[in-house]
Amino acid sequence: MNFMPGHFNYLVVVFLMMAGFYVVIAQGNLVKKLVGLGLFQASVFILYITMGNLAGGQAPIIAEGVTAYSSPLPHVLILTAIVVGVATTAVGLALVVRIHEAYGSVEEDEIHAEDLAQDEAPLDADATREDQAGQ
Amino acid sequence: MTLWDHLPVLVVIIPLMAGPLCVLTEHPRAAWIVALAAAWLSFAAAVVLAAQVSDTGTISYHLGGWEPPWGIEYRIDTLGSYVLLIVTAIPALVLVAAKESVVHEIPESLIARFYGAFMLAFAGLAGIVATGDAFNVFVFLEISSLSSYALISMGRDRRALTASFEYLVMGTIGATFILIGIGFLYMMTGTLNMQDLAERLPAVLETRAVRAGFAFLTVGIGLKLAMFPLHLWLPNAYAYAPSAVTAFLAATATKVAVYALLRFLFDVFGFEFALRDMPLDHILMILGLAGILTASLVAVFQEDIKRMLAYSSVAQIGYMVLGISLASTTGVIAATLHVFNHALMKGVLFLALGAVVYRIGGVTLRDFAGLGRRMPWTMASIVLGGLSLIGVPPTVGFITKWYLLLGTLEQGLWPVAILVLIGSLLALLYVWKLVEAAYFEPVPEGAATVREAPWSMLLPIWLLVGANIYFGMHTEVTVGLATQAANELMGLRP
Amino acid sequence: MKGNLVLRVVSKFLIPLIVLFALYVQFHGDFGPGGGFQAGVIFATAFVLYDLVFGDGSARAVVPPGWLHRLAAVGVLIYGGVGIYSLLAGRPFLDYSALADDPVHGQHLGVLLVELGVGIAVFSVVLLIFYAFSGRSSRR
Repeated sequence: MNFMPGHFNYLVVVFLMMAGFYVVIAQGNLVKKLVGLGLFQASVFILYITMGNLAGGQAPIIAEGVTAYSSPLPHVLILTAIVVGVATTAVGLALVVRIHEAYGSVEEDEIHAEDLAQDEAPLDADATREDQAGQ
Repeated sequence: MTLWDHLPVLVVIIPLMAGPLCVLTEHPRAAWIVALAAAWLSFAAAVVLAAQVSDTGTISYHLGGWEPPWGIEYRIDTLGSYVLLIVTAIPALVLVAAKESVVHEIPESLIARFYGAFMLAFAGLAGIVATGDAFNVFVFLEISSLSSYALISMGRDRRALTASFEYLVMGTIGATFILIGIGFLYMMTGTLNMQDLAERLPAVLETRAVRAGFAFLTVGIGLKLAMFPLHLWLPNAYAYAPSAVTAFLAATATKVAVYALLRFLFDVFGFEFALRDMPLDHILMILGLAGILTASLVAVFQEDIKRMLAYSSVAQIGYMVLGISLASTTGVIAATLHVFNHALMKGVLFLALGAVVYRIGGVTLRDFAGLGRRMPWTMASIVLGGLSLIGVPPTVGFITKWYLLLGTLEQGLWPVAILVLIGSLLALLYVWKLVEAAYFEPVPEGAATVREAPWSMLLPIWLLVGANIYFGMHTEVTVGLATQAANELMGLRP
Repeated sequence: MKGNLVLRVVSKFLIPLIVLFALYVQFHGDFGPGGGFQAGVIFATAFVLYDLVFGDGSARAVVPPGWLHRLAAVGVLIYGGVGIYSLLAGRPFLDYSALADDPVHGQHLGVLLVELGVGIAVFSVVLLIFYAFSGRSSRR
């Protein structure tokens, strides 16, 4: 019976992780995929941050009358991971913007349909390639 | 401390600093010179480092002067110095060839930043190998991955963008899995230093948290490794990336992931736990074989040669995974040898494809018609690289296949040995398709006359071809290093 | 947002405070909570707010994107430069004790310099990301 309150943080983490993962897999919209990816990463941040907490522990700054400190290391680690997450989201969104400019859509199925259409008209593809080479 | 003591960190820092310098130059030629100089300096550092390691044994370097396990430690053992050699040699050679091909394929305003991203990816890969800290592995992995997403998206085809996005999603999931795995290990042991982890883990190996961490780490690295069936991002990413990027990533990125897998399975967890207590040896063997057979089969039917070779890369990764799954010294020798040898052969093949793109404009099978007469030197190097891929003596491909067969037969797994040989036959099929198009088909009517590739491309290609044959005949160096690395890996926890 | 007088007045009042707070977080970082990353982000938000309120592209006139590319590179180079300096001084990479005769003083100086590099790099990259997206809509 002690399971729920003692492991509350893990339940949150698992819920967020699965929700994010599901969005990444199930959504065809590239922006929504990135949102899911962000959620997925955020769940891991929570996993790390809650891990460092100590019951009754204070912030890890030396002060009088404080004997128990929470571990600062997970926070430092996760600050790095958050930076990585920000960079990933920025690169991902930049790619989505460029995909939108190249295809006119951010829906996965429409992009695939355009690619297929390009494959079925190989002569056109060759022509565009020569155009590009000529530039 | 003299400069010679700083080599473990210099291998990583030189390319890392060259990245922003390339951006600062804002000039294509100047950025290329900075990148090239840094790559060769880093390679020189790796060579000296390999000599130091073979003289004095494992080198440990403490960043900021903090003692491990509190500070970050860079740790170079035989395996590390061996992989560092290949990770620094390939970009040094690729950059020589890149000068012409990048000007041809990348818009001029982006070239300086292209080299910046290239050097960052290089620094990330070298960092994964050099570091002895589990969390640092994640950070360097993301440095190299983020810059490779940018590099891949610079391909000329718009499909490069979707390929890069797919890679970004899969790569981020893989990296996050690795992060979770490291988190579980940290939770149970309170340390991130790999040596320290290896000492503290046995006490808690039986807990569920460590097992979950183990599973997350393996799947995460498997995604980065493009291990079958987690390889779906690889063919498109390699097929649509700029030629220089494909040559660089194909020869180094997955190899470094193999290195990370070896590190975690053998050093951190110990192979008894990783491959015996957990049934990972069976899983890896089945996945390795499935990867070899299906990817080779798919490669046979590809029209786009870059895609064909990308699928072949997935198959070659299968050989490395198979070597690891044997959990024997011979198997690990085969896997580490193949890390080195596959980099050599794929370096040749993708650089030669870059030369073909440079002169012909495309690399479909139709573009290869009559290529043997139009670009004889380039095509000859593709044939030699292909022979190495099949595993014909006296190329390096033969050496790995030999050790792999030895390893399987040692354990009486002759059906596996037969499947490995079938994989080689499939490689023969797809390489033959190239040879047939290049030498037995006429040059298409009305095709423009094409000159041979410039010497700056042929030189690195033929250096690598020479390495393919030299290390195929003189096996003392590579096999010696691989054997020592395998003994260290297997011996840490007897 | 030409008509929003209240918004413009309030942000004119807020932007200097945000910049000041960013500097506080930056330089307080070596002996208290704070540091280059947080400061860089806060510093960049001041410019983002300016750009949002005073119309598209007005921040570009203050900090042109070309500068930011260089600044980002310079930030990383400051960081690496500190490491390489300590390396040339015969100490391990990023050993701040090499920066001054007194190790404690050296550690202070090292953290300050490294955080400065981080702050500059993060500020320019965050603002560059903002430019990269905000510039697109006006062009199309």
